[in-house]
Amino acid sequence: MNQNTPVITVKNLVKKFGSFTANDHLNFEVYKGEIFGFLGANGAGKTTAMRILCGLSSPTSGELTVGGFDVYRQTEQIKRNIGYMSQKFSLYEDLTIAENIRFYGGIYGIPVKQRKEKEHLLLKKLQLESERNKLIASLPLGWKQKLAFSIALLHDPKIVFLDEPTGGVDPITRRQFWDFIYEAAAEGKTIFVTTHYMDEAEYCDRVSIMVDGRIAALDTPDALKKQFNSEDMNGVFLQLARHARNGD
Amino acid sequence: MKRFFGFVKKEFFHIFRDVRTMIILFGIPIAQLLLFGTVITNEIKDAHLAIYDQSKDEVTREITDKLLSSGYFVLNSYLDNDGDIEAIFKKGKVKEVLVFGPNFGQTLEREGKADVQIIADASDPNVGKLLASYTTGIINDYILKEMGELKMPMQITPEVRMFYNEELESVYMFVPGIMAMILMLISAMMTSISITREKELGTMEILLVSPLRPVQIILGKVAPYLILSVVNAVMILGIGHLVFGVPIHGSWVLLMAESILFILMALCLGILISAVAKNQMVAMFISLVALMLPTILLSGFMFPIENMPVPLQVLSHLMPPRWFIVILKNIMLKGTGFLFVWEETLILIIMAAVFTAIAVKKFKTRLE
Repeated sequence: MNQNTPVITVKNLVKKFGSFTANDHLNFEVYKGEIFGFLGANGAGKTTAMRILCGLSSPTSGELTVGGFDVYRQTEQIKRNIGYMSQKFSLYEDLTIAENIRFYGGIYGIPVKQRKEKEHLLLKKLQLESERNKLIASLPLGWKQKLAFSIALLHDPKIVFLDEPTGGVDPITRRQFWDFIYEAAAEGKTIFVTTHYMDEAEYCDRVSIMVDGRIAALDTPDALKKQFNSEDMNGVFLQLARHARNGD
Repeated sequence: MKRFFGFVKKEFFHIFRDVRTMIILFGIPIAQLLLFGTVITNEIKDAHLAIYDQSKDEVTREITDKLLSSGYFVLNSYLDNDGDIEAIFKKGKVKEVLVFGPNFGQTLEREGKADVQIIADASDPNVGKLLASYTTGIINDYILKEMGELKMPMQITPEVRMFYNEELESVYMFVPGIMAMILMLISAMMTSISITREKELGTMEILLVSPLRPVQIILGKVAPYLILSVVNAVMILGIGHLVFGVPIHGSWVLLMAESILFILMALCLGILISAVAKNQMVAMFISLVALMLPTILLSGFMFPIENMPVPLQVLSHLMPPRWFIVILKNIMLKGTGFLFVWEETLILIIMAAVFTAIAVKKFKTRLE
């Protein structure tokens, strides 16, 4: 892992909705090939920050680059270099697996030949070759999530944003899902993931914890546990979140 | 461009795989057209008539025969006294009672006038009014023919012609109305629902994160409905023309061009609704309550605008279908060209522009 190449830089990010400050002067960097965990209670501002980095929302002020591109002026280049998977399940239920793959390949402008190769590899890896013409609606949730993640990687993005990707999935599937994430990170992709599950925070290389729109802590899970004198991430999180104003 | 076609293709999959969507797209238009064309009619046939004839002479018999052979009435019964009139109305079947005074024929001949009373059941006011006027017409006709030449040296006989719809076919009215309603339904409601569905499912975010531009996304969502709406327009006009014999005197090209304009306007409205509505339920509710009902009630499709209270007349100006129906009737029934409908056309264009402007503004603030 190359710790020295930042792919996301955030300096003094501020996002205000009227008088409410969702992100209050955030500063952090994310490095290439890193799994960066973004934690926080509901309403702490993590989804807002992530949406800004993906270009779904614009910041009130601050300097931000994603993949080396400026968030204000180079949104098109950013969009080509990121993948995104949201907490809401994001494939089309009334299309088949193959049609979903074709559709996403299409909107990212992947040439047909290349897409077919990727489709083949992807289905083989997920062992879904025999199911390729089945509607997404007929698949179990765990498979859908894995498929959604694989499709988010279809256009070889440098950075993948995952917004609570494992919500509502059983522990075994969650574990398998994280194997996928490790694999992608090993290929040099940077993973930016928000989560509610504290055991998942342990899987991350570094973790930032947001409280009331600010980053209250940012370090490796081990360093954080040491710093807050806690056995697991749950303890760290509770100590920080206890003083929150907006948390629930 | 290739990306765009991929997007449109996906949209067609959504449409063709959803039974409900298909029913709304193709089932409802045909069903409505057939219903309005055959079931709903302003004419009345075979209304039940009761007669209280106090003179029973030649004249009253002849008038009775004329009424019964007109096709509008069938004889229910003869009454014997005043008291039966109310009783027979209460039974419900009889819609009109005709009362001839005593010595009808004699009085008529001697004094030149006689009394006949028409009592109609006005619990349905339109039916009552219509039956009474049929009866008056038939009786006047009879008097004119039998007595007129003898007693009246000077007379004016109005010769009535109903231009553009000689037979007063109600279907001539309904085809343009249904066309406006259906195109509004498909274009505005279906697009707003399909866009809000993406928002609701979270797939809209995926699309916004992708290199597709928001304009491409919206156009991609709208294009299939544009195509399907045009298909529907042709279908409605075809059925109206071939099955119900509604004439199309004007140019087909102009007719289709105006229809496409109306469809585009409705699509803009659909986009606007989707920008305002948070989910499919809200989009549907807005479309039905804010579009369908006013289309039916205020566009002049069912109820004449001239008869509305002034505030509603003013409001009807804001109803796009009102203008479209005028355009359709002009082209189809009167066969007029563009010069006669340019004002209405301009209004539709302005409406489309305004809807688009508001929708764009709403989308921008939402992305902030």
